[in-house]
Amino acid sequence: METDLNSQDRKDLDKFIKFFALKTVQVIVQARLGEKICTRSSSSPTGSDWFNLAIKDIPEVTHEAKKALAGQLPAVGRSMCVEISLKTSEGDSMELEIWCLEMNEKCDKEIKVSYAVYNRLSLLLKSLLAITRVTPAYRLSRKQGHEYVILYRIYFGEVQLNGLGEGFQTVRVGTVGTPVGTITLSCAYRINLAFMSTRHFERTPPIMGIIIDHFVDRPYPSSSPMHPCNYRTAGEDTGVTYPSVEDSQEVCTTSFSTSPPSQCVFTVTKAHFQTPTPVVTDTLRVPMAGLAFSHQLSSSRLSCQPAALGVGSADLGCPAVFAAGLNTTHPYQLMVPGKEGGVPLAPNQPAHGAQAGDQERLTTYTPSDGAHCAATPSSSEDTETVSNSSEGRASPHDVLETIFVRKVGAFVNKPINQVTLTSLDIPFAMFAAKNLELEDVDPMVNPPDSPETTSPLQGSLHSDGSSGGSSGNTQDDFVMIDFKPAFSKDDILPMDLGTFYREFQNPPQLSSLSIDIGAQSMAEDLDSLPEKLAVHEKNVREFDAFVETLQ
Amino acid sequence: MNCRSEVLEVSVEGRQVEEAMLAVLHTVLLHRSTGKFHYKKEGTYSIGTVGTQDVDCDFIDFTYVRVSSEELDRALRKVVGEFRDALRNSGSDGLGQMSLEFYQKKKSRWPFSDECIPWEVWTVKVHVVALATEQERQICREKVGEKLCEKITNIVEVMNRHEYLPKMPTQSEVDNVFDTGLRDVQPYLYKISFQITDALGSSVTTTMRRLIKDTLAL
Repeated sequence: METDLNSQDRKDLDKFIKFFALKTVQVIVQARLGEKICTRSSSSPTGSDWFNLAIKDIPEVTHEAKKALAGQLPAVGRSMCVEISLKTSEGDSMELEIWCLEMNEKCDKEIKVSYAVYNRLSLLLKSLLAITRVTPAYRLSRKQGHEYVILYRIYFGEVQLNGLGEGFQTVRVGTVGTPVGTITLSCAYRINLAFMSTRHFERTPPIMGIIIDHFVDRPYPSSSPMHPCNYRTAGEDTGVTYPSVEDSQEVCTTSFSTSPPSQCVFTVTKAHFQTPTPVVTDTLRVPMAGLAFSHQLSSSRLSCQPAALGVGSADLGCPAVFAAGLNTTHPYQLMVPGKEGGVPLAPNQPAHGAQAGDQERLTTYTPSDGAHCAATPSSSEDTETVSNSSEGRASPHDVLETIFVRKVGAFVNKPINQVTLTSLDIPFAMFAAKNLELEDVDPMVNPPDSPETTSPLQGSLHSDGSSGGSSGNTQDDFVMIDFKPAFSKDDILPMDLGTFYREFQNPPQLSSLSIDIGAQSMAEDLDSLPEKLAVHEKNVREFDAFVETLQ
Repeated sequence: MNCRSEVLEVSVEGRQVEEAMLAVLHTVLLHRSTGKFHYKKEGTYSIGTVGTQDVDCDFIDFTYVRVSSEELDRALRKVVGEFRDALRNSGSDGLGQMSLEFYQKKKSRWPFSDECIPWEVWTVKVHVVALATEQERQICREKVGEKLCEKITNIVEVMNRHEYLPKMPTQSEVDNVFDTGLRDVQPYLYKISFQITDALGSSVTTTMRRLIKDTLAL
């Protein structure tokens, strides 16, 4: 198989795959930084932009990726994986995504390495740029901050999807066939973010629930540390510099030939040069989420769970590994044991109440931002029930009947002087003239069947099912005009603007303005006042109850 | 050679039309743009660098990636704006579609004009819905965001089938394959058109063709 490929092509192909892997990691991690990424196009090739794409190289990420690869390339059974996880300020963590760069055995012998493979890898990187903004973790990562942070981890070897929970979904970014195999880039992402939002609604104390599968021993404990995907700087980290690349940084001078197109000359020049100063102006925090060891990244597995996952007991575990780690090459990565994650966490809020508020913000954001997950319907329903119930509890269930004089509406042939309605159908029924006889008269309309409207205000505003009947009867002599108020549509839900306007167009006549009472003289009015006051005083409790319901 | 045709459908609120269309069109053009070619002697050429940037939508819970080219963005915004206005003026049903067509020019001898041979057409059908309450709008924000995520995934899937692409041209032929008029990037030759349909599905008002890049001159 490999003899078909000449040595130059083979070398080029290996280089392309290596730098493709590095750029893939950069794109993924940068997409989870929580910021918008912007790079400039340049009409003149700079020579250092692999695949003709302006993708910045974060030195730490390149470093980690190279460590993970350890000089190897993705091959059959050896995949490069980038794990994205979320860690809360309380130490709970959850895997969100696993991005896998795999190679399978299906070869495409016909393809030209220096031309087609290169261009297709470039296209695949563009696809990766697009897909990284589309998975649920993107919206989460844009909102990371005090409540939680996003971490990344790179490993090489077998893909480990156990931490993604049940029912994770996979999206394939793309494939590129090469003479030595087919490169596949895909992402498996968690959709079961529901635990974060539903647990919030269940709990009373502001303690985040523990992830159920968190304590399950992983068959393949992670062998690499987690790193935060953010740029919150800390002063003490400015002194950190990463060694320039151990091997020569190869400059990619893309020079293609068009004569004829099938013969392509691809020149790659090798040049040593210092790793340029980090393009990113902020300095990276040096992460090591609770782990003090570096690692030999190979397929060997460690015997304990990393403390990065925030498992309390594991902080004290793996002493042997800690000891081993202390000898590694990155002393600046040592963290004080037990310190949470090395991630930029807000200091623990003093009051649980405040914490609850933050958590609440977090979890209420989650359903809307993680809109791709199944949690959305249930959480939005929860929100709805909460809001409905808060409205519904507002008023007493008493049905009051009253008589009042209704103002005659337009286009009426026959005036209606009196209309009796249940209080549920008219607005402000409580404020109608209570001094008039409160006799049980048969209501002209049926009380509303549905929905369970308990406030007079709300009751009156329910159209169709509830007041549809009532408005039909009371307005028998009214000509129904199709009333379309501005900025409103036909009734889809109750409490529509049109209905509201209709109802309030015909307020009850003030009793003091009615003809009968107006015929009385002023003196008689004044005389009857004490009696009226006495009646009102008797009913003061009911008035108070009504006022309370309005609050 | 047959022209590849892809159709996408979205249902959006009126104010989301622009962003939804831009998201789809920019994603397609991201995949169909290269850096500027610089031809050298001996028939070799080098390719410039394409930058990218994230764009947050205001009316949709969505972020898309576009090529960092202000000229290209302006051109797209112009035609999408026209489409949005046409939709708004057309009536209450709000059905329309935009087509992004990639084509190659084939030089013909005089007196025949150059032929435009499409090799890929992306059609985005838009259905504008009207919403009454703020709650519905909020749900629509999220739902349309999810739908656009699916569309982007569909686009990427098509792109990575690695089906026909025009051959890389020689210097004399480059204008037949690529749009070389932009300063910083070089998309394949494309044209965008749109039409508004009524509820019956027939083209009612006018079929308006807007040629963004028309370098044909007879």
